[in-house]
Amino acid sequence: MATVIVDGNEIEIGDQARLNGIQVARLAGVEIPHYCWHPGLSVVASCRMCLVETGRRDPKTGQIQMTGKLSPACQTPATDGTVFVTNSPNVKNAREMVEEDLLLRHPVDCPICDKAGECSLQDYHFQHGRAERRADIKPFTSRRQVLGDSVTLFVDRCVMCTRCVRFCREIVGTGELMIANRGAHEEIAVFPGFPLENPLAGNVVDLCPVGALGDVDFLYSQRAWFMDSNSHVCAGCSTGCSIRVDENQDRIYRLKPRENPHINQWWMCDEGRYGWKHVHDPARIAFPRRQDGASRQDVDWSQLPAELDRALRKAGRLAAVLSPFLTVEEAYLLAQYVRGIDPQALLVLGPTPVTGEDVTFPHGFRIHAEKCPNRRGVMQVVAGVAGEVISWEDLLAQHLSTGDIRGVWVTAGNPSPWIDDTVAAQFEGLQTLVVQDLFESGLTARANYVLPAAAWVEREGSFVNFADRLQSFRWAIRAPAGVKVEGPLWWQLTGRQGLYQARQVLDDVARAIVYFSAACGPVPEQGIDLKINQLAGVGQT
Amino acid sequence: MAAFEPVLLANVGKPDSYTLSAYEASGGYQGLRKVLQTMSPDQVKDLVKSSGLRGRGGAGFPTGLKWTFLPANHPGPIYFCLNADESEPGTFNNRILMESDPHQVLEGLIISCFATKASTAYFYMRYEFPTAWDRVNAAIADCYRAGYLGSNILGSGFSLNVYTHRGAAAYICGEETGLIESLEGKRAWPRIKPPFPAVEGVFRKPTVVNNVETAACVTQIATRGVEWFKSMGVPPDPKIPRDAGSYGPKLYCLSGHVNRPGCYEAPLGLTVRELIDTYGGGVPQGRKVKAVIPGGISMGLLTAEELDCPLDFNGPGRYGCLGLGTAAVVVMDETVSMVDFLHNSCQFFAHESCGQCTPCREGTSWSLGLMKRIMAGQGRLKDLDLLLEIGDTIGIIPGTTICGLADGAAWPIKNAIRKFRGEFEEYIRRTNPAGWMKTDPVPAMKLVELH
Repeated sequence: MATVIVDGNEIEIGDQARLNGIQVARLAGVEIPHYCWHPGLSVVASCRMCLVETGRRDPKTGQIQMTGKLSPACQTPATDGTVFVTNSPNVKNAREMVEEDLLLRHPVDCPICDKAGECSLQDYHFQHGRAERRADIKPFTSRRQVLGDSVTLFVDRCVMCTRCVRFCREIVGTGELMIANRGAHEEIAVFPGFPLENPLAGNVVDLCPVGALGDVDFLYSQRAWFMDSNSHVCAGCSTGCSIRVDENQDRIYRLKPRENPHINQWWMCDEGRYGWKHVHDPARIAFPRRQDGASRQDVDWSQLPAELDRALRKAGRLAAVLSPFLTVEEAYLLAQYVRGIDPQALLVLGPTPVTGEDVTFPHGFRIHAEKCPNRRGVMQVVAGVAGEVISWEDLLAQHLSTGDIRGVWVTAGNPSPWIDDTVAAQFEGLQTLVVQDLFESGLTARANYVLPAAAWVEREGSFVNFADRLQSFRWAIRAPAGVKVEGPLWWQLTGRQGLYQARQVLDDVARAIVYFSAACGPVPEQGIDLKINQLAGVGQT
Repeated sequence: MAAFEPVLLANVGKPDSYTLSAYEASGGYQGLRKVLQTMSPDQVKDLVKSSGLRGRGGAGFPTGLKWTFLPANHPGPIYFCLNADESEPGTFNNRILMESDPHQVLEGLIISCFATKASTAYFYMRYEFPTAWDRVNAAIADCYRAGYLGSNILGSGFSLNVYTHRGAAAYICGEETGLIESLEGKRAWPRIKPPFPAVEGVFRKPTVVNNVETAACVTQIATRGVEWFKSMGVPPDPKIPRDAGSYGPKLYCLSGHVNRPGCYEAPLGLTVRELIDTYGGGVPQGRKVKAVIPGGISMGLLTAEELDCPLDFNGPGRYGCLGLGTAAVVVMDETVSMVDFLHNSCQFFAHESCGQCTPCREGTSWSLGLMKRIMAGQGRLKDLDLLLEIGDTIGIIPGTTICGLADGAAWPIKNAIRKFRGEFEEYIRRTNPAGWMKTDPVPAMKLVELH
């Protein structure tokens, strides 16, 4: 074990751990302020906010030899015997100096800055800065420069940490951003005619430690301190990025990536980042209704479950279409429910939306063509419960036309239209058609019962991404008043008592289906790799 | 002293001194022949190491030692960069060498590459040297024709290609890692060290960066030997640990208020007074020296009382300056206002700061702002303390920046105010009679415009 000394405290780190001063101090419970350093980007050591005193302890004599000058903690590797001093007068003076320098030409326009409340410059200045302004340099007036469709630059708020420039070069590989001019005149800029418009562009706003880069979509829409941040998983594609949903009063204002070294590291794509607009679309189906020909009648949720149950039992032969937008738990409950009525009920994997091809970026981040979060999880539930997976195409081509099937429950939840009228017409003539979706379609027009679906952020449960990683989440916002979320509805229909408990359902799934057995214990924030047990399973057979 | 014969400048001023034929006629490329025919690369390394040659570019790092930092048995490629981005104010010795005796420089470059096993060399020249650019390129072409460059040089089996690269006019490109970045086609932001260029330099390969005058010295060491080189200069100071001494001849650039400004060759250790009086012919019109920049503007200032400062690698440091720098001596007589001087210096460094490190970017521009205000008659005495505080806190010596540009910006501030404080105070009191004594916080800034 390597021993590092931070402010006199010895910290043990692994011999293989490649940590710098900032990371090792964090292990010791010491926060070293920094702007330019980011764990996902190269080290430039230029902001000089993380200056500390460093030294080395002689392993034989135990004597500590300090270097006698300041060094950036981000650039100093922590090895056995490295000494970091983060609270000496020299270090404090250096932090005061850097903070004073950064505010020389900064407009200090916090009241109208989106970053206020989550700004490193604010926080560090409060903690490490001077109380008095000694400079009489008049700051620039606040200039704004458009970098691309989604990102705008407030030039004078920039502290020149160059995180955004490095991100575009190192992670995306497009390198749209650059530094123009020199010295105190320099600013972030784009090459003329080449705006910032890569598919990961929104990340530069997250990376910006100050209010320089603004997200056009979020600009001036909410103060940071009014929002609650809830952990969730992006449903935009089968990558399944870990995200935070920032909401206030059940209204989403923005999505942010949540660090997950196994999936998305610190990033998410713009498609996912702005892919929540359908959640608050006024065209969403808002209330359940019964339909018979032209007559439409809203039904109260208090009566509906019993009525649905009667109608389905009357129909006899059933099929359920399990959408890849459902959680594992929901898919399992619905499968259980229809199989409870009709033991031979067909379990169909809903259509998988695919757009284009997978896009992989130089640093490994990948956007998948499969535009749904849980095809793998739902497919495994269907396979586990029914033994075979009937595809949507098979349902249309073989099963619907035979006339055997009398009742079908179609679940969807796609954020955009997914079924055309000719396909929907194939569902005519059923005794009972239940359609549960976000938006009206040819299918809802033909349904006997139209149920409002929940958007993914309103669900609770687990998704399995392309790499068999299962991530569990709680709902981030509450569903609108007329929407009963799928999980609680099927919990009720399957005759379970009390409130919907996704964790309890996942326990059942993990016991019943080998694929999910790794999820029998607690699922950590970063999810759990289900492949571990698949390999074990292969060994046994 | 009187017996000293210029060696580095021996050809300068002769007709067609920049041509290959003239250079060969004066014994040129004999050192290279000797090296290639009789010595191994390690022997050349040892030769230069034992000569005590220190880099002439400003920092004075021992050249032979720098070469030994290259990784042993490296599969290659190893690169050699010749730093001809001479942009320290007051310095022009590299330009004279390149314009008048480019082959002396190239011979040293080839020997240095042989010693360091580099088969590719980059000649990075400052943009503003059009004559030098033409002559160096012509000299390189001549060398290829004569077999001094290219493959299998003089039948030795050693091959070398030289590429010239013209800078884009920025002071920071003379910093060795800034030069490397610029050479790679990037913004010349100096790199963090370690790794040093000897381990990871151009295109992430081991790289040596040497100055033009250093290369010329290598030529002379190879031709004339270590004994000759060590016969002049100053031996190591026993009081300074690991001091390498200051051996050999040096090109002093003398400018400012002297009767005969120019580039003079003399052994290291010459005093400023000797340089001004013997070489420069004294100060015009019988005026007195007021202050002297000992080695380029970033080295700081000497006062009239400090003219006995010897110009070796340790001398200026003993008088509170940063070091010998490029040995570019700029003389200011009593007509010069130190306030003007410092304003000019601050302007230069604020303009040339690359803007990477916060303390340098903001410190240089803030000090310029303060100087502008003092010049405009709005100065206060406390501004001097603020300037000193900026000067004391920026640079690699306190550890707050990546490269030494900020040290260069700091030294003129520190020296000018500490050595000439009375003049600054008098100026501020005279030009701002109503406000010089104020110490209250500066008024809040004007209303910020909305977006």
